[in-house]
Amino acid sequence: MKQPEQTIEAISVEKLIPRVHAFHDDGYRLVQISSAQEGDAFEITYSFDKDLTLTHLRIIATPEKPIPSISRIYLASFVYENEIADLFGIPFTGIAIDYKGTFIRTSVPHPFGTPQITVVKKKPEAHHE
Amino acid sequence: MSKQIIVPFGPQHPVLPEPIHLDLVLEDERVIEAIPSIGYVHRGLEKLVEKRDYKDYVFISERICGICSFIHGSTYCQAVEQVMNIDIPRRAEFLRAIWSEYSRMHSHLLWLGCFADSMGYENLFMNCWKVREKILDVMERTTGGRIIQGVNRVGGVSRDISREELARMGTELHGLQTDFAELTRIFDEDLTVQTRTKGVGMLPKDMAWELGAVGPVIRGSGHSVDARSTGYGAYDELDFKPVVRNEGDCHARCMVRTGELFTSIDLIENAIDRIPEGDISVPVKGNPAGEYYARTEQPRGEVIHYVKANGKKNLMRHRVRTPTLANVPPLVHMLAGCELADVPVIVLTIDPCIGCMER
Amino acid sequence: MALTVLKNLLKGPSTIRYPYQPAKVTPVTRGHLTINIEDCIFCGLCRMHCPADAIEINKQDRTWQLNQFQCVICGCCISYCPKDCLSIEQTYLPPTVSATYVTFTGPEPEKKEGQEEEVTEA
Repeated sequence: MKQPEQTIEAISVEKLIPRVHAFHDDGYRLVQISSAQEGDAFEITYSFDKDLTLTHLRIIATPEKPIPSISRIYLASFVYENEIADLFGIPFTGIAIDYKGTFIRTSVPHPFGTPQITVVKKKPEAHHE
Repeated sequence: MSKQIIVPFGPQHPVLPEPIHLDLVLEDERVIEAIPSIGYVHRGLEKLVEKRDYKDYVFISERICGICSFIHGSTYCQAVEQVMNIDIPRRAEFLRAIWSEYSRMHSHLLWLGCFADSMGYENLFMNCWKVREKILDVMERTTGGRIIQGVNRVGGVSRDISREELARMGTELHGLQTDFAELTRIFDEDLTVQTRTKGVGMLPKDMAWELGAVGPVIRGSGHSVDARSTGYGAYDELDFKPVVRNEGDCHARCMVRTGELFTSIDLIENAIDRIPEGDISVPVKGNPAGEYYARTEQPRGEVIHYVKANGKKNLMRHRVRTPTLANVPPLVHMLAGCELADVPVIVLTIDPCIGCMER
Repeated sequence: MALTVLKNLLKGPSTIRYPYQPAKVTPVTRGHLTINIEDCIFCGLCRMHCPADAIEINKQDRTWQLNQFQCVICGCCISYCPKDCLSIEQTYLPPTVSATYVTFTGPEPEKKEGQEEEVTEA
């Protein structure tokens, strides 16, 4: 059966905190924060849920400009923000529990954000004729 | 003024099924706070989606986790089908629902076994897993794999269940019902289980909503939140009601999971009665373009697969938000103020599936 | 309580003592992958679509090689093969400590000599 259509609203970074405050006072639950690459910049999408309907807010981010954290409003967001900061390299200011890059330890810093990482085909470990 | 010491818990611990690390700040056997740190099984599967055809990626998305594998695969297929605007046949949706409910029963029995093991009750652990073998036999007979099924495809499923097999599954469910009733009786009335779980790991109703808990964690604290109520797949035709408890402690969450075992049996019996005849898959042509957030209910909670595509045969981005990741803030809240000996019971009560959490 | 002890003593173990007793298999169990090399045309579709990168094909030498350690027995190659020469057997392979390669060499195209199979342990 067809799922309902979803509305993704694009807003600017300054309006993020007032909108999230409004969602919190309305009784919405934070579902997830995800990040995807769009051209040179990254899009960060915040999803909220109440009464089984999802609404999304989207902002555009670059690794130079830090984004204000919403963990003062929703404490649960520290998990997602630390993960995005570790994997993509987008800085957040004011996370309630800030791991400063040690939440997910990878051998290459910011593996999803830098384009130099390529998937290498596994070389066979032993000789064969 | 007592001294505070830091005790590391994990990543290797006899009670943990998968590795997670917690730094427990202790003051005389009482935990003041806990700091989680993850990253032991991170495989970077989300980067692999850019190198594989979107139809082949179904096999990789099933292998994100070993316990909840079928529902990962079917949610990914659902997301891609929604982006490409494909309507899969009704019989395929019912088959997916039947296998999802078997997968849910096997995961809950696995958790019941590990939970009993964390209290030291090994006999009950082995008995729960003995019942689980009967469910794995059904999965192997119908799909070919005990844990990783491999029958999901974009556009439907690849294997059908014959009428005789459906009838056989229906009669076996009656035997399973008596087994489940016996296990539920032990978990509900046994004195050992009650002393170790009642009043431990309290999560009040408002904190559960604030911290974004999902699955049996939030249903054990009084909120009726279940993604199957949205009616995706075949769930709009099967009568479904979530199991909710109000106490908010470990015992309530355990009872929610045993209640869901019986709900799954009812759903499978309904599905076997109402399954329509027809095809099991439709051919898929072309490449996806667009994005979508697909949401389904795993045994551990609500899972979200985000798919973004731009017309090529590799997807641009695939992001999985697993229920264990959403349950980490409630875990940190529950651990503050508990005794050191209750830490294994509380860590297991959120049903940690770290393989899915870190992908 | 004594009744339970007596019942358990008389019933015997509930487990199958694999590998001394054969494992329980069904007609659709996925054990290991094998190929009927006479029908293979070495098109390379299975190698292109394998999610685990376990198949290597050499069209000049007419060889088809499988890394059995890497193969996850998903069945993806079977759905893409145009000649239907790949199939899954029901028996599980014994455990090994390092990668095992299986090489199949196809028959010469002019004269049909039959196939030769060599199993190399690496």
